[in-house]
Amino acid sequence: MVLLGEPEKAMKRFSALSLARNAFTHHENWPRQWRSPEPKPDYDVIVVGGGGHGLATAFYLAKEHGITNVAVLEKGWIGGGNTGRNTTIVRSNYLFDESAHLYEKSLQLFEQLSQELNYNIMMSQRGVMNLAHNLHDVRESKRRVYANKLNGVDADWLEPEEVKAFCPIIDISPKARYPVMGATLQRRAGVARHDAVAWGLARAADDRGVDIIQNCEVTGFRIENGAVTGVETTKGTIGARKVGIVVAGHTSVLCEMAGFRVPLTSHPLQALVSEPIKPVHPCVVMSNAVHVYVSQSDKGELVIGAGIDSYNSYAQRGSFHIIEGQMGALKELFPIFSRLRMMRSWGGIVDTAPDASAIISKTPVDNIFINCGWGTGGFKATPGSGWVFAYTIAKGEPHPLNAGFTLDRFTSGALIDEHGAAGVAH
Amino acid sequence: MLLIRCPYCGLRPEVEFSYGGEAHISRPEDPNALNDEEWGDFLFMRANQKGAFRERWVHTHGCRRWFNVLRDTSSHEIHATYEVGAPKPDVPGAAKPVRKPRARKSAKP
Ligand SMILES: Cc1cc2nc3c(=O)[nH]c(=O)nc-3n(C[C@H](O)[C@H](O)[C@H](O)COP(=O)(O)OP(=O)(O)OC[C@H]3O[C@@H](n4cnc5c(N)ncnc54)[C@H](O)[C@@H]3O)c2cc1C
Ligand SMILES: [Zn+2]
Repeated sequence: MVLLGEPEKAMKRFSALSLARNAFTHHENWPRQWRSPEPKPDYDVIVVGGGGHGLATAFYLAKEHGITNVAVLEKGWIGGGNTGRNTTIVRSNYLFDESAHLYEKSLQLFEQLSQELNYNIMMSQRGVMNLAHNLHDVRESKRRVYANKLNGVDADWLEPEEVKAFCPIIDISPKARYPVMGATLQRRAGVARHDAVAWGLARAADDRGVDIIQNCEVTGFRIENGAVTGVETTKGTIGARKVGIVVAGHTSVLCEMAGFRVPLTSHPLQALVSEPIKPVHPCVVMSNAVHVYVSQSDKGELVIGAGIDSYNSYAQRGSFHIIEGQMGALKELFPIFSRLRMMRSWGGIVDTAPDASAIISKTPVDNIFINCGWGTGGFKATPGSGWVFAYTIAKGEPHPLNAGFTLDRFTSGALIDEHGAAGVAH
Repeated sequence: MLLIRCPYCGLRPEVEFSYGGEAHISRPEDPNALNDEEWGDFLFMRANQKGAFRERWVHTHGCRRWFNVLRDTSSHEIHATYEVGAPKPDVPGAAKPVRKPRARKSAKP
């Protein structure tokens, strides 16, 4: 029994035994996974945005740096932004050194995350294939395989027959509109359950003392002598020694409130799922040229990602012709899907940077830090991003892993041009 | 799909057009006079308003001419389209014209 005013029950560990015990009570007596506290008057660190990246930041602030007087302020519900809308591809086979090291750190954290959080994030390392459809693709892909190997990231080049062996439903006939001329394969890559990542991180952060405050929108910043002292919210003013902004598509809006500009534009990115079918698709297939990325969920639905809409938008929905083009490309690559019904589609708002790389940085306002620009491909970075951002906030300086990802690269010209390298990066 | 009124051809579906991002950014008269920060601002910093936004489109599969659009990025409603060089139309219902992007500050390291 929980008395009024008494702190709510501590986190209960999941184990075979606790599952069995709770089965006797029809799973009706599980405690809440995290508290819903009212905001305190002030915090050491306020994290704005309760997506995966914000929650991971709070978790690692507590775990790695012992900073537990932390609040995560989320205007809606945690994980309701891009975290809960993405196609969950997790991989680390990026071309450039900076990206490869950061995403590889994230993949390694992902590999231990279920254990670390005591929460099953359903990490499935089923392999991600990136297809090559023309000579240029082949050369670029092989270059990426060699670069990955030099950076200690697992990578293989597959010839068309090997592609077919790895994913038998792909059409590799040379007559295809976009013939498959080979693929890169990262075997350690795959998918993870997006909601579980958000919930597991929230539960573990809460257990270490972090306040997770939902339905609390940040509407302004208190800034004195060029340094932040707190935030204005729909639940009143809350003091803060440091603030981390992790709001994906809304970064420009928040930074404008704080009085500085960022090189980002916000676009809709859509995804859709099919009706559930028997397991037919054993891995994740991505094709930059025809812009397909598809996997099959444990429920049996195909999970299919589309491209971004060209125009700026905050509407969380995109244009239909994007999906139409997407379906044409999917059918071309997988003729077996031609009669499949699509059940649901949705959109998220992604923040894209000119070089398609993230910005994890100090800002012109002292003690305000930003973590943004993950665009179409930041789910895979969730734990790694939180890990380096927690370091950046705690120390006031970037970690070597995110030293190249600062705002001033848009002045120095030292871009991390994954746009050219990856074309598209989910 | 958006329906966009090309000032030259009339109402056409979005697929005939290509997007050009924020409107009314002019190339600096004398690029050599700019420091790295100002040049970086010109190249990369963009207004990214939630709400009324002035942007460029080109009628790629039509007359192939560039023009400006005043569109709401929350609702996708198009308030006006206007020729390059024409006066900026006001945002309907707004007391004063859309705010100019604030003075450009850029990051310190
Ligand atoms: C359709 C789609 C498919 C994708 N596929 C992939 C993929 O396969 N692999 C991959 O790696 N990535 C993918 N991504 C990208 C990935 O989803 C994002 O990069 C990542 O989830 C961003 O996480 P986040 O925590 O930064 O943002 P979010 O999860 O969007 O969290 C930001 C939070 O900030 C909150 N917020 C905003 N404004 C305020 C405010 N004023 N006050 C308080 N809170 C506020 C929002 O409500 C939101 O919950 C995809 C994205 C989309 C949309
Ligand atoms: Zn025209």
